[in-house]
Amino acid sequence: MEEKILLSVKNLCKWFELRKGLFGKAGYVKAVDGVSFDLKRGDAISLVGESGSGKTTLGKTILRLYKPTKGTIIFEGRDITNLKSKQLLEYRRETGLVQQDPYGAIPPFMTIRRVLEEPLAIHKIPKPERIKRIYNVLEEVRLTPVEDFIGKYPHMLSGGQQQRLVIARAMILYPKLIVADEPVSMLDASVRIEILTLLKELQKKHSLSVIYITHDLSTTRYFSEWIYIMYAGNLVERAPTKALLKNPLHPYSRALLNIIPDPDAENRFKIKDVPPGEPPSLVNPPEGCRFHPRCIHFKDGVCNKKVPEEIEVEKDHFVRCWLYD
Amino acid sequence: MGKPLLEVKNLCTYFKTRKGIVKAVDNVSFYVKKGETIAVIGESGCGKSSLAKSIMRLLPRNIHTYKGEIYLEDKDLMKLNEDGMNEVRWKKISMVSQAALNSLNPVIKVGQQVAEPLIIHNGIDKKIALERAKKTLSMVGIPETFADRYPFELSGGMKQRAIIAMALITDPDIIILDEPTSALDVLTQASIMNVLKTIKDKTAKTFMFITHDIAVSSELADKVAVMYAGQIVELASAEEFYKTPLHPYSIKLMASVPTLRADKKLEFIPGTPPSLIDPPKGCRFAERCPWRFERCRDEPPLFLTGNDSLVKCWLYESKGRK
Repeated sequence: MEEKILLSVKNLCKWFELRKGLFGKAGYVKAVDGVSFDLKRGDAISLVGESGSGKTTLGKTILRLYKPTKGTIIFEGRDITNLKSKQLLEYRRETGLVQQDPYGAIPPFMTIRRVLEEPLAIHKIPKPERIKRIYNVLEEVRLTPVEDFIGKYPHMLSGGQQQRLVIARAMILYPKLIVADEPVSMLDASVRIEILTLLKELQKKHSLSVIYITHDLSTTRYFSEWIYIMYAGNLVERAPTKALLKNPLHPYSRALLNIIPDPDAENRFKIKDVPPGEPPSLVNPPEGCRFHPRCIHFKDGVCNKKVPEEIEVEKDHFVRCWLYD
Repeated sequence: MGKPLLEVKNLCTYFKTRKGIVKAVDNVSFYVKKGETIAVIGESGCGKSSLAKSIMRLLPRNIHTYKGEIYLEDKDLMKLNEDGMNEVRWKKISMVSQAALNSLNPVIKVGQQVAEPLIIHNGIDKKIALERAKKTLSMVGIPETFADRYPFELSGGMKQRAIIAMALITDPDIIILDEPTSALDVLTQASIMNVLKTIKDKTAKTFMFITHDIAVSSELADKVAVMYAGQIVELASAEEFYKTPLHPYSIKLMASVPTLRADKKLEFIPGTPPSLIDPPKGCRFAERCPWRFERCRDEPPLFLTGNDSLVKCWLYESKGRK
């Protein structure tokens, strides 16, 4: 595999402005607050966190569907942080988004052909080429025989098939980076694996880089090379998948891993350790480490005073926690 | 223990639609003993929610067939009229519905909503009911002061707890949980499961736990019923089921569960479940089954296996029949 960096994110912030009344003082929802990482070509990252941790905002900001408040995004050596309309269109061609809810993501009045043709038309792909690409991509996501599917409307497809269509649409411009935002959380258990296997296959075949956003740690080990754990707008731990699952360092990662059940009849007799409380408000996040109000290793005067820096505890295994200082 | 608390026999619930008759629940039988939890597992559209609603008799207008027997202790609920059923509903059987997070009224204080079943079904004075509501809320892990708050002031996990409190307050015999945690985050889900486990431990309540998530089902189940295309295809004790599922569908479903700790290759079940409007004549899973053979053209009965599991599959024919 090429050891080349496709995407480099530095100190990325996305704050949403809040207004109180007409002239009231504005505050911010700091959805993403100081995120940095590099993504290699052909690698897959799982971005894991609870809802409200900012993982979707991070994904959308990287795709430049949101304008970053601070920080830089470098894609293939180009700074795309502040791109405007036309250049942004070029960037859009290199990236794709797979949404969470396939039914909401596809316009119900368009046939499959039109759904897939629209991005091609926007990016001015010549007409004879379009139909060829549509056939190719539908075969790749196995909506076959293509002739049967191409004229259908979204409601005629099952949930799994709709998600295949969403993947096809993300793939049709031959992007280098795909952000898959909870691509399987709306699907049935048996279909989930089918869709993830398909995504993995496409990733390998086209050496795509994928950012897989999920709240479900148990699927990550089958999908990605890296796991990034996100909490309240920060990445609290980054590590290769195996290392993180074997030896989670951050107390939050440990809690997350600890509560995931494997099917076992013994589970019903065990009460699990769950960190008390709930994720903090992102308008006024706690001082210092944002996890400190829920943490069992809380040290007064340290955790609630200073924000922990990212430390490389082992090779490639980064954590933001005072325990490892 | 001993006698079944709830026993369902040959329950059928069919709906009328423009396209034809949908056999959502087709000849389902099972029982639960007092203090036991039965988990009903299946994919969406397999009829598990319809089964719950049939037991509660909360049915839509387009009902076509509704027959069978539902015994609560010795009483056949099917023989009760609507008034009689009102006496059972919530007093004896309560339910936590699937879209629970949206089922709180936004303009009424949480405490009053939790107290409501007591006032309506048990005719208890409002003040006393409110006190009871506070107690029940603290039982599920909500501070009593929250009774004076409005639903929007509660987080998703809190709302779910309030809904569970509402199902508990009348002290029913059976609580039906229809996907109680599927809209929640993993940590919240774990703490709700903790609450349910504690309640089960302390009060010996009987639960019917409906979910599509096998791993989560193992958190509560004493007994597992697997549903496929409107029918129960396997009924087994938790010990047997999570170790060795028997029906090909259960086996494949188990193989598709991602695990964190054990290494295994994930599989998926190709194809889709059959339409419930005109289900296949023989075994309904045959089309997707890797072990199908000629017998599968006929519908298999539930076979009783050596370890007291019931399996609707011809593969288990030689091992005795019920």
